[in-house]
Amino acid sequence: MLVKTSSDGIKDLLSRYGDSLLADTRPGFGGYFIKTEQLVPFCRSLRDEAGYDYLSSVTGVDNFPEDQMEVVYHFYKTIGGPAFVLKVQASRHETVIPSLTPLYPGVEFQECEAWDLLGIRFEGHPDLRRILMWEGFEGFPLRKDWREPFFEDENKPFKSRWPDGHVLRTEEENPYKNNVQYPAAFDPDQWIPAGDAALYEGLLSLTKEGQSDFKTDHIVVNLGPQHPSTHGVFRMVVALEGETVLSLKPVMGYLHRNHEKIGERNTFVQNMPFTDRLDYISSMSNNFGYALAVEKLMDVHPPERAEYIRVIMAELTRFLSHIFSIGFLLNDLGAFFTPALYAIEERELILDIFEAASGSRMMCNYFRFGGVVRDLPDGVLGKIKDLVIDRLPRKLDEFERYLTKNDIVRVRCEGVGVLKIEEAIGLSAAGPVLRASGVPYDVRKADPYSIYDRFDFDVAYGLHGDIYDRYLVRVEEMRQSLRILKQALRDIPGGAVMNGKPQYQVRVPAGEAYGRVEGPKGELGFYVISNGKPNPWRYHVRAPSFINLTSLSTMAKNQKIADVVALLGSIDIVLGEVDR
Amino acid sequence: MNGWGIIRGLGVTLRHFFGTYAEDLRRGKSRYFTKQGVRERSASTVRGIFTVQYPEEKLIIPEEFRYLPFLVYDELESGEKKIRCTSCGICAKVCPPQCIWIERTTDPVTGRPVPAPVAFYIDIDICMNCGFCAEYCPFDAIKMDHDFEIASYDRKAEHIYALEKLLKPAVYYQSIRPENFAREEASRMEKEAKTSSKS
Repeated sequence: MLVKTSSDGIKDLLSRYGDSLLADTRPGFGGYFIKTEQLVPFCRSLRDEAGYDYLSSVTGVDNFPEDQMEVVYHFYKTIGGPAFVLKVQASRHETVIPSLTPLYPGVEFQECEAWDLLGIRFEGHPDLRRILMWEGFEGFPLRKDWREPFFEDENKPFKSRWPDGHVLRTEEENPYKNNVQYPAAFDPDQWIPAGDAALYEGLLSLTKEGQSDFKTDHIVVNLGPQHPSTHGVFRMVVALEGETVLSLKPVMGYLHRNHEKIGERNTFVQNMPFTDRLDYISSMSNNFGYALAVEKLMDVHPPERAEYIRVIMAELTRFLSHIFSIGFLLNDLGAFFTPALYAIEERELILDIFEAASGSRMMCNYFRFGGVVRDLPDGVLGKIKDLVIDRLPRKLDEFERYLTKNDIVRVRCEGVGVLKIEEAIGLSAAGPVLRASGVPYDVRKADPYSIYDRFDFDVAYGLHGDIYDRYLVRVEEMRQSLRILKQALRDIPGGAVMNGKPQYQVRVPAGEAYGRVEGPKGELGFYVISNGKPNPWRYHVRAPSFINLTSLSTMAKNQKIADVVALLGSIDIVLGEVDR
Repeated sequence: MNGWGIIRGLGVTLRHFFGTYAEDLRRGKSRYFTKQGVRERSASTVRGIFTVQYPEEKLIIPEEFRYLPFLVYDELESGEKKIRCTSCGICAKVCPPQCIWIERTTDPVTGRPVPAPVAFYIDIDICMNCGFCAEYCPFDAIKMDHDFEIASYDRKAEHIYALEKLLKPAVYYQSIRPENFAREEASRMEKEAKTSSKS
């Protein structure tokens, strides 16, 4: 019933804002354009009246050579259902769009990202700064007229490779040749990044008010970038009073390689192995999301057997990612490597299956548009059955016996880093972080893709939103994954695994598509625009670990600094995906 | 009871600890440094220690495992090497990081392209091991290798593989991927039979 009233609500809204709304009628496109000045009031009504409380993704699009920049918003309801797509346009020269941070605080980093890479300024954003590139970087790399150093061609394949391919190392073109040399006026010892000074100052100014009676100095501490708890190169700048965190800002981008620019240079097929490298723990899920998005555009559907294989692979990935993250959460709590290595044993066995099927343990590159690369080789299905029916449930029980009731784990995790339900939704948290806060929102149920509507499983969710609940949600999700796997292994049919002949250059009709899957870390979305050419015009990744980090500073407030380490572990970030 | 969870948890680690030795005693010497031992330790029924002690022991590599690409040649009865590659350029076009360079042969007399590569380079520092080249090659000419021990002392001299280094005989391909090889040979025979029956 709830759904019905809300769908009436949206109709009501659309007629009320009729003057400033314009349906996107380009073939293959959907959603509505809204006038810039009406964006904030409309979104307020959208959230409060129509029930679209979850702003999943913000994407900037450069419509070069037209003088036009576009921002695409994907709204969802946390009670499930399809997206509401809203678009705003502005000039490329003076791109200013009102910020949605007051309504949906979860867009903070996404708006920063659009500013950083596309030069879209969001008016009213509390801290609009470069988030992935460094301060002082010249230009906006995702703009279509921006070119990287040693630029060769707009699109791959490059002409220099064939038929007259003379091998050349890019470093040969490097002015400094084989070694790095600093510019004349640059002294690395004296250099302080301009952005950092502002960052520290900003953090301390936030903490000036509300000093306690006990006068202590507020100090700024950098956790990272080289710190074992950050699982990669990642920095948290923390303002402290004593041991208590007053405010925190994550600093990222150390692993930034502009995945999206690479993606827009690539052909559609070439992007598949690059998606492996986003969240490199769960490459099968990444493949899944990208394949879904492009298949939507191409309007192809994989055969039955391929669908089952995809689900099997995705659920195995979820299992291994969750058990791995729990192992490393315990590492962060101080149980140095014993639980992590127990987790790695199970992960290793699953990776063996991936290796046998796809050829690689981590960079699987197993999905294609319209199916999967190859059928499971002989014996692999049997191996999966052995794991799913016997080993994994047994080991999961052992893991729980080992950890769940452990007093130290409970003391360190219960009530720490609480994210309240309304905060979690507002901050666009996804995956176990969102569900642990009490929102049973799972894309597999809320907006089923592939063949997930056929399986019988429950959505795990917590009530307290603390670290312990995130742990419990992950454990329960692993059990549910095993449940899905059992059903999939029972029902998997025979037949082909690929529709049509494999093609190295697929034809993708013009249009836009947003494909999203419930990855292990949360909602993983791929927004792809095709203009009918061999390369995507726009390729955007809604990276769950990146957006989940938006809620880190809310969670960390007034916690002890030692708990920040555990908190970061409980969000389960992978830097390959955060920095892209 | 306070601390009971810890004690139960410690029981798990203790079982793992003793399990290692119990399994070693039970299985004896065949557990380590034998192929059988490695196979047992990487099966889902494994008990005790799990680690494979590289380089004395190596994991068993499945047939589909892919590392770097290599070019296949057939050995003719005359002893001549017949390179399967026709330098059609599909691998260079589909390669995501664009690490393949091919120079096509041209006939010195007519100036027309000849279907054979005069030079073929793969920059293995750039190769991302995705396997697209092998997947989309219509002539089964480029395949993914199993040899992953490629460390060298000089990356500048050794990390761009030229034609001579890339070429490997079909017999080698058969030895690392017997099932794929058999499947491809069968389909080739079928095609040849079709064309010969037509003509």
